[in-house]
Amino acid sequence: MTEYVGKAMPRYDGIGQVKGQTKFVDDFVLPGMLYAKALRSPVHRGLIRGIDFTAAKNTPGVVGVVTADDIPGAKRFGACGDQPVLADEFTAYLGEEIALVVAVDEDTCMEGIEKIKLDIEEQQPVFDMFEAMKPDAPLVRPDLKSNLWDYGSGMTTRVMYIGDVEQGFAEADLIVEGRYQTGEQDHSAMEPMVSVAYFDEAERLVIHTHSQCLYFQLGQLAAIFNLPMSRIRYVGGVVGGGFGGKNHIHADHLAGLAAIKFKRPVKYRYSRREDLLYSTKRGVFILEYKTGIKKDGRLTANHIKLWHDSGAYGGFSPYGVEKCSMFASGPYHIPNTRIDGQCVLTNKAGSSSMRGFTIMNGQFPMEMQMSKIADTIGMDPWELRFINAWRDGDIGASRYVVRGAGALEAMRGAAEVHGIELPEHLLAMSSRGR
Amino acid sequence: MKQILSFILNGSPVDVIVTPTETLLDVLREKLGVTGPKRGCDDGDCGTCTVLLDGEPVRSCLTIALTVAGREVLTVEGLSTDGDLHPLQKAFHEHGAFQCGFCTPGMLMSAKALLDHNPTPSRTEIREYMSGNLCRCGSYEEIIEAIQVVAAGEYAPSGGKE
Repeated sequence: MTEYVGKAMPRYDGIGQVKGQTKFVDDFVLPGMLYAKALRSPVHRGLIRGIDFTAAKNTPGVVGVVTADDIPGAKRFGACGDQPVLADEFTAYLGEEIALVVAVDEDTCMEGIEKIKLDIEEQQPVFDMFEAMKPDAPLVRPDLKSNLWDYGSGMTTRVMYIGDVEQGFAEADLIVEGRYQTGEQDHSAMEPMVSVAYFDEAERLVIHTHSQCLYFQLGQLAAIFNLPMSRIRYVGGVVGGGFGGKNHIHADHLAGLAAIKFKRPVKYRYSRREDLLYSTKRGVFILEYKTGIKKDGRLTANHIKLWHDSGAYGGFSPYGVEKCSMFASGPYHIPNTRIDGQCVLTNKAGSSSMRGFTIMNGQFPMEMQMSKIADTIGMDPWELRFINAWRDGDIGASRYVVRGAGALEAMRGAAEVHGIELPEHLLAMSSRGR
Repeated sequence: MKQILSFILNGSPVDVIVTPTETLLDVLREKLGVTGPKRGCDDGDCGTCTVLLDGEPVRSCLTIALTVAGREVLTVEGLSTDGDLHPLQKAFHEHGAFQCGFCTPGMLMSAKALLDHNPTPSRTEIREYMSGNLCRCGSYEEIIEAIQVVAAGEYAPSGGKE
């Protein structure tokens, strides 16, 4: 083992990559393979009244269509199990998949899609989290009671706390407030969403996937197809960039349904335009801080309210709120800390995991707040951070007891890299104790 | 309206039936089984479909297949000769000039065109020439390094590091 430590090793798959031999999902072209494209919702929010596929089905080269009626098993999927596999009653974001047209090539699929007569009643959508939270706001979906995510038993606020923030504010010499927002972001992996599905010689459903997490998704697929996992060969291992975007199923479920219906190999892939518009995103976070400080720089209280835009379905967003909450108060010892997190649904494509999940969406605003505090009390921002940084034995709002704290050492390293000379009394501090 | 397209692919003559609207990328990937060039954007923006047409880099997704009649097309599959990796392939492999590898086929072809025209490019010239090839994983530093070591002759077929 030790012969590998500290040495750069060549990639086990490197030769295949530089020779262009690595097989990405879209590189599989099988004999008799059909292609699928989706009829997508033309409105941000709507009620489906009826769909006439007659002309589409009669298009030369079109083999057929796949709708929600063709799903043998679970009609909903996703990390929270609330997203329709194919919309049949309503649509909750622009571009939501309603049906697949399956044909000999993608041009023919598109020709068929143009001939579908979709009768959909457009409804007033809601895009802004604070609009969505108003009592008279339109519901993002008809199956919701509220646009706030229900964590169970009607609980819509995830609370994490230690101590008593009101007592902490009473002990403070002054209070600094701040409001910070991080924006929406697309993963933009070089490889757009794609899947290839077919039955093998043992009648197992084979799916070539670029999934980042096969075992998160295999169970969902088995439920949708109503097949035992042993009847599905879920083949992964080559991912053309994921960055969290391929934690959510985008294509495997639909390619699989088409292969089941038509008993032929099927490829379903997004164009780059579809990928940018309709795949999952990093969702917006807005955080409001109220922080109590002593004149000497010690933080006494931190009350954070945070809101996360989940888009139309849960996905990983309710979990993202919890993860963000754990890190939104930074690596700082603040005896009285409280985080109130809410996950808000809006009529947009679902948000999901992206690089670091939602951790930096909490860390970034806390560091902005720390700089604002330093400015307000006229203290060097390094000093403020050194005074309050976690030491071993400190406890954060998640009730995690800190062991092996390293914020001080990391900050000293950062200062060194940037040629910043820190004063002696800061250099003398240690994470081993206060 | 189908037509027979004849051209030289990686040194060998090929004939294939195509339609007037098909792109070179469609024909390579879907009809000839040459899947080195990737479909990243299908819109000329990302560069991962780059191939050399008579030695010049082109976006195969924007190149109408029939326009390559009688001409020479080189893809990443044609880079190595007699089983030996091209110096750029060795350098990309050994310097870790990729993570997911989806951009690599296009990167290699653009890098080859660069060194064919300018065997000793500066770092700035490399950055400018390669700016049409995107790598979302962010391996740009290693890609520049790999091109630099090839330009310095480190992987030259005669002598040097094998």
